[in-house]
Amino acid sequence: MSADIAHTLRSTTQPHERAESAASIAASLRARIVLSLGPAGAAAGVLWALLQPWRLTLLHPAGQGFWWLVAEPPLYVVLVGVLFRLLLAPGIVADLLAAAEEAEAE
Amino acid sequence: MIAGRIQPPAELVHWWFATGFVILALLLISEAVVGEEVWARRPWRRYLWPGFLFAMGVLMFPVMTFFTSSTIHMLAHGSWAQVMMLAGAAELGLARGKLRNPWWHATTALGLVVSGTAVLVHEQNSWFFERAAFLHHTIGWTAIACSIFPLLKAVRPRSLTAGLGLAATFLIFAVILYADRDIAPIFGHLSYFAGMPHR
Repeated sequence: MSADIAHTLRSTTQPHERAESAASIAASLRARIVLSLGPAGAAAGVLWALLQPWRLTLLHPAGQGFWWLVAEPPLYVVLVGVLFRLLLAPGIVADLLAAAEEAEAE
Repeated sequence: MIAGRIQPPAELVHWWFATGFVILALLLISEAVVGEEVWARRPWRRYLWPGFLFAMGVLMFPVMTFFTSSTIHMLAHGSWAQVMMLAGAAELGLARGKLRNPWWHATTALGLVVSGTAVLVHEQNSWFFERAAFLHHTIGWTAIACSIFPLLKAVRPRSLTAGLGLAATFLIFAVILYADRDIAPIFGHLSYFAGMPHR
C-alpha cells in the first residue's frame, strides 16, 4: 500500500469510528487484565513455592501432624488463582465485552 | 485438653485469613478494572466481596474465642471481628441499594483505623523484638495509612485509585499474614527474651 492511499484511508475514518475502536481496545485490554489475574496469582504461588520449598510440608511429610499437612500456603495462592480464572474471570470478561458491544451499537 | 489437641496452630489461622485477603484483593482489582456497571451485571457478583468480608468478620469470633491468650489480645481480635462485620454489612447495604449515601464506604476506613490501632496497641514489643512484633507494627501502620482509600471511595465512588488502593491494602495484609510464623528472627534480629526460634 502506498503512503498516499494509507493517508487517504486514515483521513476518511470518522471521529465516532475512532472513538468506538478506542472503546473496544480499552475493553479488550481490560479483559486481558482480568484474564491474567488468576494465572498471575497462580504463578506467584509457584514462584513462592520455589523460593521457600520448606513452606510445602507435603514435600517432606515425615513427622508432620494433620494441621501442618493441611497448611500449604503457596498452594492456597495457586488454588485461588486457578479458581478465579476458571469460575469468575470468564463471566466478568463476557459481561465486559457485551457492555462494549452494546455501547458501540448505540 | 481435647480442644487443645485438635486446634490448629495460630499461624495456620493467620495463613487462612491471608488467603481470604488474597481473594478479596482479586475481587476488588477485577471490580476496579471493569467498572461498577459491568461488575453489577450479574446481581450475585455485587455481594461477593462485601459478603466475603462480612464472613471473615464472623469467622474472626471463633479466632477471638479459641486463639487469644490475654485480655488485650482478645479485645483486639474482637474489635477486628466487629469492624470487619460492620464494613462488610455497610458494603452489602450499598450493593443491595438499601444504603445510598456513598459515605457508608467510610465504614471500611473506620474498620481499617480501628484494626490498625488495635493491632498497634496490643503489640507491646518493639519493631525488631522478633518477626511477629515487626509484622504487627507493619500491619498496624499499613491499615491506618491505607484507610485513605475507602475514604477516597466515599468521596469519589468510581475512583480507580480508591478501588486498586484498597485491593493493594488487602494484598499487603495477605503478604504480612503469610509471613507470620512461630518465634522467628526478623532481618537477622531476634531478642533474647523472645525465646528459641521454632520454625
